Amino acid sequence: MTSQSKHAEMLSGAAMVIRALADEGVEYVYGYPGGAVLHIYDALFQQNKVKHVLVRHEQAATHMADAYARATGKAGVVLVTSGPGATNAVTGIATAYMDSIPMVVLTGQVMSHLIGEDAFQETDMLGISRPIVKHNMSVRRPEDIPYLIKKAFYIAQSGRPGPVVLDIPKDMTIPSNKFPYHYPDEIKLRSYQPKLKGHSGQIKKAVSALLAAKKPVLYSGGGVIMGGAAAELTELAQYLNLPVTNTLMGLGAYPGEDKQFIGMLGMHGSYEANQAMHHADLILAVGARFDDRVTNNTKKFCPDATIIHIDIDPASISKTINAHIPIVGLVQPVLEEMLATVKQKKKKLDSSALEQWWQQINDWRAVHGGRYDTTSALLKPQHVIEQVSKITKGEAFVCSDVGQHQMFAAQYYKFNKPNRWINSGGLGTMGFGLPAAMGVKLNFPQADVVCVTGEGSIQMNIQELSTCKQYGLGVKIINLNNGYLGMVKQWQDMNYESRYASSYMDSLPDFIKLAEAYGHVGIRVTKPEELQPALQRAFVELKDQLVFLDIHIDPKEHVYPMQIPGGAVNEMFLSKTERT
Amino acid sequence: MRHIISVLLENESGALARLVGLFAQRGYNIDSLTVAPTEDPTLSRLTLVTHGNDQVIEQITKQLHKLIEVVKLTDLSEAAHIERELMLVKVKAVGEQRDEVKRSADIFRGQIVDVSATTYTVQLVGTSDKLDAFIQALSGTQILEVVRSGVSGISRGEKTLAL
Ligand SMILES: Cc1cc2nc3c(=O)[nH]c(=O)nc-3n(C[C@H](O)[C@H](O)[C@H](O)COP(=O)(O)OP(=O)(O)OC[C@H]3O[C@@H](n4cnc5c(N)ncnc54)[C@H](O)[C@@H]3O)c2cc1C
Ligand SMILES: Cc1ncc(C[n+]2csc(CCOP(=O)(O)OP(=O)(O)O)c2C)c(N)n1
Ligand SMILES: [Mg+2]
Repeated sequence: MTSQSKHAEMLSGAAMVIRALADEGVEYVYGYPGGAVLHIYDALFQQNKVKHVLVRHEQAATHMADAYARATGKAGVVLVTSGPGATNAVTGIATAYMDSIPMVVLTGQVMSHLIGEDAFQETDMLGISRPIVKHNMSVRRPEDIPYLIKKAFYIAQSGRPGPVVLDIPKDMTIPSNKFPYHYPDEIKLRSYQPKLKGHSGQIKKAVSALLAAKKPVLYSGGGVIMGGAAAELTELAQYLNLPVTNTLMGLGAYPGEDKQFIGMLGMHGSYEANQAMHHADLILAVGARFDDRVTNNTKKFCPDATIIHIDIDPASISKTINAHIPIVGLVQPVLEEMLATVKQKKKKLDSSALEQWWQQINDWRAVHGGRYDTTSALLKPQHVIEQVSKITKGEAFVCSDVGQHQMFAAQYYKFNKPNRWINSGGLGTMGFGLPAAMGVKLNFPQADVVCVTGEGSIQMNIQELSTCKQYGLGVKIINLNNGYLGMVKQWQDMNYESRYASSYMDSLPDFIKLAEAYGHVGIRVTKPEELQPALQRAFVELKDQLVFLDIHIDPKEHVYPMQIPGGAVNEMFLSKTERT
Repeated sequence: MRHIISVLLENESGALARLVGLFAQRGYNIDSLTVAPTEDPTLSRLTLVTHGNDQVIEQITKQLHKLIEVVKLTDLSEAAHIERELMLVKVKAVGEQRDEVKRSADIFRGQIVDVSATTYTVQLVGTSDKLDAFIQALSGTQILEVVRSGVSGISRGEKTLAL
């Protein structure tokens, strides 16, 4: 620090934390105070650029920040105290890590000289978080704070995104110890230089293979959503008339209502998507990681396909499935270059072969086509989601919890835009949905924000209804209440002769009274004919309020299709009585 | 297959824990590990011996690369290289055994670096195979203690692993 620092403003470590966040353009920090971070909270109080959202449990702070990142592509920021504050954040950090979501988590720590002495509220947060972060660091000198915060954002947001934890011992933030403040414009690290553009030779090779294909499938995932490449993907697919399937994390990258969209693939993927994958002669995998919920038995996976795999992380390539043409790079520039190369060649795929392929796919479409029992006197979860999709025109932010309701939302909501389907796929964190919806609603106050949940999941972070009241967060909670841990029950039906070991939720609360107790509106729906008026009230009449729709659905419903364990991608149960 | 992976690592606290944690977390094997700072005090050089099939080794190198503090790495065993390990062996040496141990040490170009009335301590440097062979050769002798450093390695010729 030379000439610059002479004129630099003198700030305490605590003030630097907040100023650095402001300089990074952060509007909201989600958190919960405690001893180790009180200096930082005091610095927060003394300015008004960075706003703080007080949750009721630190896990919710992490999910709010995470959902903000999923909706915007920018890192969300969390601030928690040491010890229990930090450990409460662990589930949320792991959730972000598994789905490659950028997040910066500031954790308080006991004073440096007390570290290692089992001091009050001391936990080794660097040790605890190490396997579930992209990186973690601790502050050793207060004057390093601006650099470390910039570095945290840089690492979290570049390359394959992920959460970064910065541990801040309390003595690094003492208000009376001031240091020159300078926020770096950029960070260069000799040990971390993510590759951005793809290798042009590989891209040419990929384009040649793609143009020679007779039965192509475009399989895209979360990387296209977070990589901001939905437009490029859509253009490429439409230019070449390719069938498109998305992973659970990739929904919305291609318009859900378009005829080229063949649905989600994998464990609960559509019949046509899984069949198309199995019979394809070429798979263009973009920002997807061949997860075991997609591939089923890897030995039987897509036997005839040449696989092109675009991913920023070399470790995702050929990890579970061998890629014939790997391309390491960011999806956006790689797809752009592919598209340019394709257009330059003035060549398309063999049209009669492609026509035959589409014919085949449309035949598969007719086999199952997302059918469910529409004659039942009971409310069907699929129907509820379809109606929510309709009333929000496929444009709401849909934040889901984990379970059957999550799969129904993925299958029956028509996602026409990217970054609007927000769910925990890799970790499958029950309790994610409500805080996620809150994080989105806070940042998009005009948008419809729906939390699709179940009576099991919602109770994992139900306390956040109080936070919703404090910040006026008018999210719509669609509680698909089946009175069961439905996803668990489904497995028990299928694999354990319906022995429902602890999957029945006894003593459920009266959700209407609960919503009211927190100062919100609750509506119970028990009959099919009550659904429309309830949705109308929630989404139109009470547009700005939090409405808790407790919707009693058929408790016996299962999610189908469902891949048969150990089988190929296309081996599925299609209903309780049919299989491939 | 046995592989010797050489890593240049930022000499920062926590970096080594992260690297070792990666192996535990993902179920990779570590057969031996040596680490020390280099002539540039901001860098550590680490040599790691592991085994696994090609796919596992590929994942190991890719996952290592992902660690923010890993600057560079190479799989030494993919090309001509030199590997060395140091061993100190303390053996019972009384009566006739005293001569025998000395003879074996000479054959293996080991040195006796400490002596007591009833023991010898032999120092031996070489490949891991050679050290194994020496232990075999001592089978008639009572081994009291074995300390091995783990493998350090370097490429042959002009190839280097440096900034
Ligand atoms: C109850 C339940 C059921 C599920 N059922 C299914 C199912 O039926 N089908 C299904 O698909 N999933 C299902 N999942 C989700 C599954 O567990 C995985 O989370 C999901 O399949 C992974 O999606 P993805 O392959 O898109 O990878 P993601 O986890 O989204 O990973 C993204 C990949 O893209 C890369 N990437 C990120 N950014 C970029 C960029 N800018 N440029 C290039 N590459 C980038 C990353 O390196 C990574 O390899 C289920 C989950 C739950 C909880
Ligand atoms: C924190 C956590 N604990 C346990 C699980 C395992 N699990 C997955 S789905 C599920 C049931 C969810 O029940 P509910 O929220 O009522 O949804 P439903 O399946 O009935 O729609 C459980 C227990 C999990 N995913 N997350
Ligand atoms: Mg339920």
